[in-house]
Amino acid sequence: MSEPTSVMMRERAPVTVREPAPVATPRRTGRAPGKPLFWVYVLLILGSAVMVFPFLWEVLTSLKTLSGASSVPPQIIPDPFTTRAYAKVFDTLPFWNLLGNSVLLTVIRTLGQVLLCTMAGYGFARFHFRGKNVLFIAFLAVLMVPGQLFLLPQYEIIREMGLLGTIPGIALPGLFSVFGTFLLRQFFQTLPMELEEAARLDGANEWQIFWRVMLPLAKPGIIALTLLTALWSWNDFLWPLVVSGNVNSMPLSVGLSLLTDLRLRDDALLMAGALLSSLPMIVVFLVLQRQFIQGIAFTGTKG
Amino acid sequence: MTRQLRGRNAAPRRSAAQLSRGRAWWAVLFIGPAGLGLVVFYLWPIIRGIYLSFQDVGPFGGETFVGIDNFVEVFSEPDLGRALLNTLLYAVICLIGIPVAMIIAVLINTKGLKGRSLFRVLFFLPVVTMPVAVALVWRLLLNVDYGVLNLSLRAIGLPGVAWLSTPVVNMVVIAIVGIWMGLGTQIIIFTAGLQGIPDTLIEAAELDGAGPVRRFVSVIVPLLSPTTFLLSVLSVIASMQVFDLIFLMIDPNNPAQSQSQSLVSLFYTRGFLQHDLGAAAAIACVLLAIILVLSAIQFRLQRRWVHYE
Repeated sequence: MSEPTSVMMRERAPVTVREPAPVATPRRTGRAPGKPLFWVYVLLILGSAVMVFPFLWEVLTSLKTLSGASSVPPQIIPDPFTTRAYAKVFDTLPFWNLLGNSVLLTVIRTLGQVLLCTMAGYGFARFHFRGKNVLFIAFLAVLMVPGQLFLLPQYEIIREMGLLGTIPGIALPGLFSVFGTFLLRQFFQTLPMELEEAARLDGANEWQIFWRVMLPLAKPGIIALTLLTALWSWNDFLWPLVVSGNVNSMPLSVGLSLLTDLRLRDDALLMAGALLSSLPMIVVFLVLQRQFIQGIAFTGTKG
Repeated sequence: MTRQLRGRNAAPRRSAAQLSRGRAWWAVLFIGPAGLGLVVFYLWPIIRGIYLSFQDVGPFGGETFVGIDNFVEVFSEPDLGRALLNTLLYAVICLIGIPVAMIIAVLINTKGLKGRSLFRVLFFLPVVTMPVAVALVWRLLLNVDYGVLNLSLRAIGLPGVAWLSTPVVNMVVIAIVGIWMGLGTQIIIFTAGLQGIPDTLIEAAELDGAGPVRRFVSVIVPLLSPTTFLLSVLSVIASMQVFDLIFLMIDPNNPAQSQSQSLVSLFYTRGFLQHDLGAAAAIACVLLAIILVLSAIQFRLQRRWVHYE
């Protein structure tokens, strides 16, 4: 028993070490028929169909008449094509107003959060003072806490400030983010110290070092945080639902949910509204898809 | 990780000592604005939130200490138990999305595949779509009378199902919508994990005669286990807080509405519809406790199945 195994081992070892050829051959024979790749395409196309079909149905339904949207058997191609539902979205909702609110909220939150988190992330990465680690750990604990726990006191604070139902009231807590601070701190820590010291020798002060030297280097991290903040802020629902309370400060997400409260039962209207409300972010994504995907990959691996 | 951080902090400490004390003021300038906001809007609210759960809060303010009355009250209602079970069911079903995402990530990263970035974009599309819009579209697809799903079932002779107005069934269905919505993110994080697997390991398995399935099971799955672990912790934390989809897919006219609440929808009902902030705070504290316990269990179990190189 012992002899054959030792022979096999003696025979096997040299093959892998000496000959690079077998490494290539099985690979080539494995791929040559193209069969595995064929099944990969089949599975991915089926999967994509599941992802895309709801969007397709959303678009088709939004172009149907009131009865066409709920007919049995279903209309697949709208008959007749009509933009009635889109016109009705603008009649039923103060759409431009809501869109303006959403844009304003997203811009304020994103710019504010990115600036503040970049500064704080840099501060935590590069400066040293007593109590820094305690403070940082306290902030990290926030990441473990479900948002609802601080939602109530945040609501109280905004109410005390008299900001309920205003854009600043909805935007304010979102200007600050533990996640963003943590993300950028991780980023700044990977940047070499030498650059900073070289700039300091050239007589730059701390702000100039941050703004002119470090900030450009942290661009990938900043882009990731910008896109993620914009996405979350655009789609945010519970907080603006609780705080906005009126159409003047309401973002699209909350406004869209109002369409379900109406006893209209107009599915074409709902689909048109859903499409119009998500379209801006989808367009931004399609334009900046590489940055979005890198941003998500970045947070998943670093966070 | 802590070791890494300390190592990095050690270097600047020396250079900081060489510099003037003025640097401390710069630290205040950099951290101050965000730090103040985080303390006011995040740290203090945690303490305040826990404090509120022991108070009876009147509709116009005015607090009285009531001990654990809020918790007793919340726990004695059947709503909480049901919401807890619904939320746990939702969270468990959502975990199924993780292996699905892993398989799709591996498929998308197959060597020689064309249209890779198109597939990635298609799977990512729901991630950037407003959850409110997602809920409305799926509500239409799942409509009992004229939803596409039921019409297709009837076309092949099966009975339709009241997907959204049957308790339990609706939680499963909404969890599947939740998976659909989050799959893109998970695929991308798995893709990042896959890129960390050295080609030599896959080639070695190939050389040993392992086919694609065997390579997946014996090489890729174990090597991706840290990513799988990260995603399952994040998935549980996120799905325990499910609100948007349930709130919008199950409207007040739905006969199963009272039986189909999640913990956060109960929180919203108690806090903002019934204006009982104390009870809402108690529910949020229960949620915090459950998330901490579930995360601790996951960290404890990871030793059994997560392989770190």
